[in-house]
Formats: sequence, structure tokens, C-alpha cells
Amino acid sequence: MEFFRQLWEVGRYLPMLLRASTVNLELLGALLVIGFLIGTLVALLQVYGGRFLGTVAYIYEWVFRSVPALVLLFLFYFGPSEFGWYISPFLAASLALGLRSSAYQSQIFRGAIQAIPTGQMLAARALGMSRVQALLHVILPQAFRLAIPGWSNEFSSVVKDTTLAYVVTLNEIMRYAKIIMDRRYDLAMATFIMVALIFLFFTYSGNWLLGQMERRFRIPGLQMPGASGTVL
Amino acid sequence: MNALLVVEDVHKRYGKEEVLKGVSFQVEKGETKVIIGPSGTGKSTLLRCINRLTEPDRGRVWLDGVEVTSPKTNINRIRAQIGFVFQDFNLFTHLTALDNVRLGPMRVKGMKKDEATRLAQEELARVGLADKADAYPAELSGGQQQRVSIARALAMNPKLILFDEPTSALDPELIGEVLQVMIKLAQEGMTMVVVTHEMGFARSVADEIIFMEKGVIVEQGPPAQLFSSPKHPRTAEFLRKITELYGGEG
Ligand SMILES: Nc1ncnc2c1ncn2[C@@H]1O[C@H](COP(=O)(O)OP(=O)(O)O)[C@@H](O)[C@H]1O
Ligand SMILES: [Mg+2]
Repeated sequence: MEFFRQLWEVGRYLPMLLRASTVNLELLGALLVIGFLIGTLVALLQVYGGRFLGTVAYIYEWVFRSVPALVLLFLFYFGPSEFGWYISPFLAASLALGLRSSAYQSQIFRGAIQAIPTGQMLAARALGMSRVQALLHVILPQAFRLAIPGWSNEFSSVVKDTTLAYVVTLNEIMRYAKIIMDRRYDLAMATFIMVALIFLFFTYSGNWLLGQMERRFRIPGLQMPGASGTVL
Repeated sequence: MNALLVVEDVHKRYGKEEVLKGVSFQVEKGETKVIIGPSGTGKSTLLRCINRLTEPDRGRVWLDGVEVTSPKTNINRIRAQIGFVFQDFNLFTHLTALDNVRLGPMRVKGMKKDEATRLAQEELARVGLADKADAYPAELSGGQQQRVSIARALAMNPKLILFDEPTSALDPELIGEVLQVMIKLAQEGMTMVVVTHEMGFARSVADEIIFMEKGVIVEQGPPAQLFSSPKHPRTAEFLRKITELYGGEG
């Protein structure tokens, strides 16, 4: 009973936590956009970039998947100040987590691109399309559709990663949770349960939205090889 | 150099294997050439060398007086003038029949959407699929898919269409509808190079038949002559085998 009373009391702080969580959502948006754009580019270079650029892209992916997220955050936040540049916590977190996500997203997009039969590229080139046109109008529209399920997983994991930006002093939800806890140590447990519930909600609605998108963009006959689901 | 297509001494090697060992032939405007020969002989490779989907190692190709194989030639411009019909259709999976057909005119030729749509509808009607404009490839039978892919080639208003075994991936009962479209095209004066095992089609439509084996042209001539009195024993042998396999009037 005592616990529910605490939860009720934390309810007073809920508006503050929710307001702080919009910073997490902004960071999420920024890192997903960075991750999407660079991830797509990296995947294209890996598949079509030839030996040199392909290798560079693989090394990039390997580095950003191998370094811990916290280390990346510190590097991007404190690194520039070594050179006398100030970088805002938001920008540092967006870059650190965005580039990290780009490495994971490139893996997803690469798999999707490679799942597209080579005849699609051939047919596009036979019509007189340049390679870039073929990528833009034929390969990527198919690859992005195939990538939605994998991308949903990546989404679920980066939603949570936004809380790591706490360590570079970003005023996001964890920072406020910590403030509440510092004031009312007895409410610590209830506070973090509240935070957990907020993230459950984010993850759930995000995945719901992506599921809708997948259904909306589904095309008969276009699916990952081995994926279940009926054609027609 | 009056012929529409001139292929001169084309060579192609994959690793140790020389797939094309110097192939030369010409196609006049309005002519239908049929290429026959055992599988693994280099027929597909030859077609792909014509529009440089495969880069030939040696030899030259001209289309309408323009050297396709010249490094100075903008190959995309040339390809836009050469239709290519694949054995397994290769329709764009994510696009409807209509979008498949109008993509080339819009993106390659810069045609306006309305105009491209009208054109695509016409071409679909021409292959008997006016009512399938909104279907995705997976919703069509193999024969219908191949007809859409012919419409896709036609929409580019090509000078020449290359067909690489257009009916080989089809169930027997679907072959006829595709051949019918091709026969109509030939009668309308389209210039075509057709690799096929359909001897009935070759016999009735081809102006000339080329028999290829192991990367070389063994013999070529009008169908009547080639079928009744092949000069080369290899040709006779192949025709006998193919007739056993596919029947006389495939
Ligand atoms: N991209 C390729 N890489 C390696 N070998 C190939 C390639 N394409 C074709 N070949 C080989 O070239 C030979 C001729 O192939 P192809 O032109 O497809 O013959 P056909 O169309 O007459 O059956 C075959 O032995 C085939 O294995
Ligand atoms: Mg072949």
C-alpha cells in the first residue's frame, strides 16, 4: 500500500517527467535521421562502392558497433573541447548515438538491398537508367520496405539509448528523475517505475506505428526471402 | 553500314572460359533474327554484350550508325533505344503494371506524368492487358508478367528489342499468349533479335535464323533453308534434338 501511495505522490512530478521526455523524443528523432541517412549511404557503399569505399564503409560500421555507447557519448561531448570547440549536449548526443545507430541501420539496409534479386538492377539499367536512378527508383524503394521489421528492432533499442545522454548533461528524463530522487529519496523506486512506464509507452506506440507503416506499404510479392506471409 | 544493328567480332571471356569467340552478324531494320543453340553456348551473353549489360572484351557493336562499344558513347542513351526482355521478366516488384511501363519514359526520357500514363495505358492495351494496369507483378501470371515486360520495352519506343528466351520460364499453356504478342510486333515491323527454343515461332516469324554453338555462329540462313537442308551437321543434330524435346511447332 505504501508503494502505491509513493507512486501517487510521484504523479505530481509526472508533468515534469513528461516534459523532460520530449527532449528524449527530440534526441530520438535527430539520431534516427542521422542514423537513417548515414546508414543508407554506408549500406550503399558496402554493396556498390567497390573495393576501397566498400572497405572504408565496413570499417566504419565495425568501429561504431564495437565502441560502447557511453564511450562514444563522452568522446563526442568532451572531445571537441580539447580543440577549443564547444558542442552542445544535444548535438553531441545526437552525433554519438546517431552515428552508432547508422552502423546498425547500415547492417539492416545492406541485408535488405542484398535480398533484392539482381534482375531488378539489370532491368533498370537495360531501360537506360543510370546506376543512381536505378538505386533511387528501383532498389531503395524495395529495400526500405524489406527493412521495416529490422528497423523496428533498431528503433526499440535506440529509444532506450536516449537516456544515456544523461551522462553528457542533457536535460532529459533521467536527469529530472535524478533530481526528484535527490529531493525525495523515498520516492526513488516509484520515480523510476514511472520512467519505465513512459518508455514502455514510447516503445509500444513506436512499434505500433511501424507495424501500421509496414502494412500500409506492403506490396504483394515483396518480402524478405524466407519471411513468412502469403503472396497475393 | 546500313544495317540497324551491326555486331562485329565480339569476344567475351569469363575466367578461363571463352564464352564468345568472335561473333559477327547484322540486323536490318524491320527484321526478326532468331538465335538458337544449346544452353551454355553464350546466347544470353551475346545479347547482353549488345547493350553492354555485359562488357565485351573485344569487338564492336553499332546501333543505327552509332558505335555502342565506343568509350565516348553515353551507354544509357543507347540502352534507352534497345528494349530488353528477360527470361524471368524482371518486372519491378514494388510497382504496378502501369508504373512498370511508365517508369522508363518518365525517368529516362523525362516524359510528363500524364503523357507517360497515357502511353503506358496504350502499351498495356497493345499486349492485351489494359485491365491489369493496377496489378502488381505478383498478382499476374507468368505470361501476363512477360507481356507487361514487353509493354515496358515498347514504351521506350525502341529501335530494336532483344528477347532472351522470353517463354522459357513459362508454363506451356502460357507460352502462346506471349508468342502472339511477339508475332504481332514482328508483323508491325519491329526489329527484333530473339533467343528462343520455340522452333514454330522461329520457322514462321524469323527472317533469318542464327545457330550458335560454343561461342561461335555455326550457321545462319532463312528458316526454310536452315530447317530443310542445314549445311552443317551440328545444326542438323541440334534441330533434331530440339524437335524431340519441344516438338516441331513449339
Ligand atoms: N556472369 C558470369 N560469370 C561467369 N560465367 C558466366 C557468367 N554469365 C555466363 N557465364 C558462363 O558463360 C557461359 C555462357 O552462358 P550464357 O551466355 O548464359 O549461355 P546461354 O544463354 O547460351 O545458355 C556459361 O558457361 C555460363 O556459365
Ligand atoms: Mg541464356
